[in-house]
Amino acid sequence: MCNTCGCNVTPGNAQLAQQKDANGESALTLLENLLSANDRTAAHNRAHFDEHGVLAVNLMSSPGAGKTALLEATIDALKNEFRLAVIEGDLETENDAARIRRHGVLAHQITTGSACHLDAHMVHTALHHVPLAGLDILFIENVGNLVCPASFDLGQHRNVVLLSVTEGDDKPAKYPVMFRAADLLLLTKTDLLPVLDDFSPERAEGFLRALANPAPILRLSARKNLGLDGWLDWLRTGVRARKQQAAVRQAQSPLARPAMASKPAMDSVQRFQRVDHSA
Amino acid sequence: MHELSVCQGLLDQVAGIARQHQATGVKLIRLRIGPLSGVEPQLLERAFPLASAGTIAEHAALAIETLAVRVRCETCGAETDAAANRLLCGACGDWHTKLVSGDELLLVSVELTTVAWQEVSSAH
Repeated sequence: MCNTCGCNVTPGNAQLAQQKDANGESALTLLENLLSANDRTAAHNRAHFDEHGVLAVNLMSSPGAGKTALLEATIDALKNEFRLAVIEGDLETENDAARIRRHGVLAHQITTGSACHLDAHMVHTALHHVPLAGLDILFIENVGNLVCPASFDLGQHRNVVLLSVTEGDDKPAKYPVMFRAADLLLLTKTDLLPVLDDFSPERAEGFLRALANPAPILRLSARKNLGLDGWLDWLRTGVRARKQQAAVRQAQSPLARPAMASKPAMDSVQRFQRVDHSA
Repeated sequence: MHELSVCQGLLDQVAGIARQHQATGVKLIRLRIGPLSGVEPQLLERAFPLASAGTIAEHAALAIETLAVRVRCETCGAETDAAANRLLCGACGDWHTKLVSGDELLLVSVELTTVAWQEVSSAH
């Protein structure tokens, strides 16, 4: 039972959920997630990824923390091992997608105009340009921003947050929503640590743990090709897990898969129709 | 800021519910927003008149309830208040805690003015 999809409204409490008072006003108790339209599309995206056994990784950071540079180094290291694709999110320009394409990988650029984040609908539209069949990893490079992207589920399996050592080590304390969402924290540009005496990786870790987040923390420099092994192994583990899950799904219910991928989630209107009937 | 998109999503949800119930208007929208939801209640309140202009919820009042950040310690079991960026156990100080409340982003309820009642009342 959750507080997001309305499944907490049952025949037993439906009369509480819909009360019409003497003034011709009806009060509906909903307890629905405010971003339920986004979350439904995100679940739909995730079903597509799962159907194809694709690991979807959402990369988030401030602008300039090195997301694209990390992807370039990752592609160079893994392109003979895995099939990769990238969805790029920026307010303007195709620059980042062009950078990725130069490394021989399919990249689709989303330009958000003035929107400060990607949402599940934008990613869903982008997926029409990114064939998932045969793909191992889809990277979604979110708009550089430590605030808004944290609120929108895109359908990804993992959130990776980058913190470059040229930023403050107290960023996790300043942007708790973002850093709480991290499944992996990458400290980037660590080749610069010797000349930056005000960034302490230990302090950064302390601030992340203070958010009750047990996520692993890895240090690397994409430009200098340092410390990438831990990150690449983390990706390999993720790919293996997705493939295993896809195999299990296929073995368990071959008939259920296409239905799940194509059938849209029941929306709130339909749910209330059902409640009305039972009440 | 993303509060405007959150607000537009909210209004789509409310408009769908109002349509379903053949409402002529929306009187009140109740939300519950936690400090760790990533949405600023004040910004949402400011975005609401802009986003709702011309919709069925144009004249609706927006009531936002905020809950305190509370954590339960996985080490000592205590449930305590916490700051949004410091989710440590208030009793033993351990960081192995689970959030009990504080990340809500919920549409709690709506109050609708309905056509059905007006038909009934005119028959009287």
